Amino acid sequence: MRKKVIASLLTATAVVGMLAGCGGSSDSGSDTAASGEEGKVINIYSWNDEFRTRLEAIYPEVESTSDDGTVTTLKDGTEIHWIINPNQDGVYQQKLDEALLNQADAAADDKIDIFLSETDYVYKYTDADADVAMPLEDLGIDPDTDLADQYEFTKTTASDLNGVQRGSTWQCCPGLLVYRRDIAKDVFGTDDPATVGEKVKDWDTLAATAEELKAKGYYTFASYADTFRLYGNSIDEPWVESGETVININQNIMDWVDASKEWLDAGYLDKTVKGQWNDDWNKSMSSSSKVFAFLLPAWGIDFTLSPNWDGEDGAWAVTNPPQEYNWGGSYIHACTGTDNPEHVKDIILSLTADKDNLIKISKDYLDFTNTVSGMQEAAKDPEFASEFLGGQNPYEYFAPVAENIQIAPLSAYDQGCVELIQNSFSDYFQGNVDYDKAKSNFETAIIERYPDITEVAWPE
Amino acid sequence: MKKKSKSVSYAKWGYVFIIPFFLCYFIFSLIPLVDTVRYSFFEYYRSGIKAIGPNFIGMENYVSLLQSDMLDYTGNTIILWVIGFIPQIVIALLLANWFTDIRMKIRGKQFFKVVIYLPNLIMASAFAMLFFALFSTNGPINSILTSADLIEKPIDFMGTVFGTRSLIGLMNFLMWFGNTTIMLMAAIMGISPDVFEACELDGCTGIKRFFYITLPLIRPILAYTLITSIIGGLQMFDVPQILTNGQGNPDRTSMTLIMFLNSHLKSKNYGMAGALSVYLFIVSGILCFFVYRMTNGNEEEAAKKAARKAAKKQAKKGGVR
Repeated sequence: MRKKVIASLLTATAVVGMLAGCGGSSDSGSDTAASGEEGKVINIYSWNDEFRTRLEAIYPEVESTSDDGTVTTLKDGTEIHWIINPNQDGVYQQKLDEALLNQADAAADDKIDIFLSETDYVYKYTDADADVAMPLEDLGIDPDTDLADQYEFTKTTASDLNGVQRGSTWQCCPGLLVYRRDIAKDVFGTDDPATVGEKVKDWDTLAATAEELKAKGYYTFASYADTFRLYGNSIDEPWVESGETVININQNIMDWVDASKEWLDAGYLDKTVKGQWNDDWNKSMSSSSKVFAFLLPAWGIDFTLSPNWDGEDGAWAVTNPPQEYNWGGSYIHACTGTDNPEHVKDIILSLTADKDNLIKISKDYLDFTNTVSGMQEAAKDPEFASEFLGGQNPYEYFAPVAENIQIAPLSAYDQGCVELIQNSFSDYFQGNVDYDKAKSNFETAIIERYPDITEVAWPE
Repeated sequence: MKKKSKSVSYAKWGYVFIIPFFLCYFIFSLIPLVDTVRYSFFEYYRSGIKAIGPNFIGMENYVSLLQSDMLDYTGNTIILWVIGFIPQIVIALLLANWFTDIRMKIRGKQFFKVVIYLPNLIMASAFAMLFFALFSTNGPINSILTSADLIEKPIDFMGTVFGTRSLIGLMNFLMWFGNTTIMLMAAIMGISPDVFEACELDGCTGIKRFFYITLPLIRPILAYTLITSIIGGLQMFDVPQILTNGQGNPDRTSMTLIMFLNSHLKSKNYGMAGALSVYLFIVSGILCFFVYRMTNGNEEEAAKKAARKAAKKQAKKGGVR
């Protein structure tokens, strides 16, 4: 008898849960807010709580956040609803795309007000034809004056083809070379960042250094994928020209392929580490590994290297990379059709244009933030020294890299191209297929991913 | 004028009770199924967030699929299925025969039944993740082998065609042999003990009994197992998808048909994916027909039943997943 009661209770709760799930999205709010009047709910689409924590920390209007982190209440009673979907396997983009397609028909309080995007796919949303991200000027933000202190390339990245800026970011992701001090001492006799920097200043010098490292039994980098961003994020032409359906493989990419094959065969890279973000890669950041260096931006040191390192603090140091590059970055967009333009404007300005706020983020979360003057000050300020890097101030190296970044022109196909070219050629690096087969495998894969692509043009 | 009948008809309640099923089937299975077929004649996908189509293009999707590597992937799928299925059916027959043998008196039968069924309870993707970690180049299997001095350098299991395919076959075998064993046991226990007794009195050896009594009598269930396994095999997806990160590495040799379909769905290419589903549907139909004819002996009725069951299952699964 008791079992039956429990069973029916369980069934009932399951059913109620389902019904509640169905009803949740349709019962909130009035139909259309009168123009000029702000809505009561700000819906923000994102893939993790990174943006929420930054907003809570520095946005002065924040009153409180619910315990489960889904609703933040502002001082004037407006609620921010956080809609979080993971980035993995394109889930975030799928959910966001669905919501954007329904944006016009959604009730005012259900409309997306702000959404975030990453550099890899920011272009998909800033596209002028798609018109899902509002031009900042329409919000009342003048990029030339209000965002004057931002790094120029972050503004270019968030602009559409006509140069209209449709997003803004609080972070900037210049990458550095992060190396193990003990290995440097063993091989070069010193761990001084300036001396090591001299040994890795360009690709040719680095290759000579790699030979030295190899002689002592060390790998220079963990995987062939480690160097990809340096080549791939500095291409001078987009993967696909606007309005065309041909993928142009840049010479830089083929240079990466040749160099990676050469380095792998020469034993400068660890053959057992295939690509990034896998277990082997994570392990190569531990104290038992023989890998000398990684190429990472600020978030990479904080989110990837530091959790994977199992030794004492102070074992790593940063220096200049062989080539300036940018890797990652989250952009804030105001969504077309928002019913809270004033709040959205305020949030964007407060999070991406207020120097004091940005410096606070840098201090609290070790983000390299989007303020040229602020970061120049941080580079000279000993308060920004990092314990993990043995008291070194990484901003001293980040700031000049950020100023020299030549950002690659973007296209809507970047994410697939970057992912698939690495996958297709990893078979070639491991000796499973020859060069031409790897090329044709890439062609097959890219046309599967993007049906509108008609041709792949390889450099001569 | 209608005359009130004396007997109460309960038949209508039967229909009322099955309405929910048919409603669900109609809304969630039949309509998407028909839509899948319909869209296979259209150009319909998303480029970025812009929808392209639907434009009617006739058989173009079907033609371009034939020109693509679809046949290679069909080959991969069949190979992967065979390396999983052969050990599975052999071991399952052996175990089922032992477990049902009255003379063997195996202890803890119930316990073993549970144990061999257990791998099936794990989600296929979780299982594949586990194997991915176990057999990675710096993983535990390699560590054990190296520290036991069996090998000098770690083996790159996932870097070779043979290694990857064997791992996928092994996983499918481990996941499904328990299920098959239990089904075959039920079939063997359905055979009248009189027959076994009679054959023993006539001096049958265990091997003879297996080949001349057991095997012919469980043929309908064997046919059913084969058909469901083929259909399941054609739809092989999660294990190779997770193990090879969706790429079918190395050199796309472990790319199955459904993985191919899945990579079309990344761009929401409903047209192409629909055409592929229709191909799959036709292939499973033909395979079912052959197997049905092959195993269709005296037990025509039972085999028909099994085939129909399988066909129904296929119809349910046929849509774009």
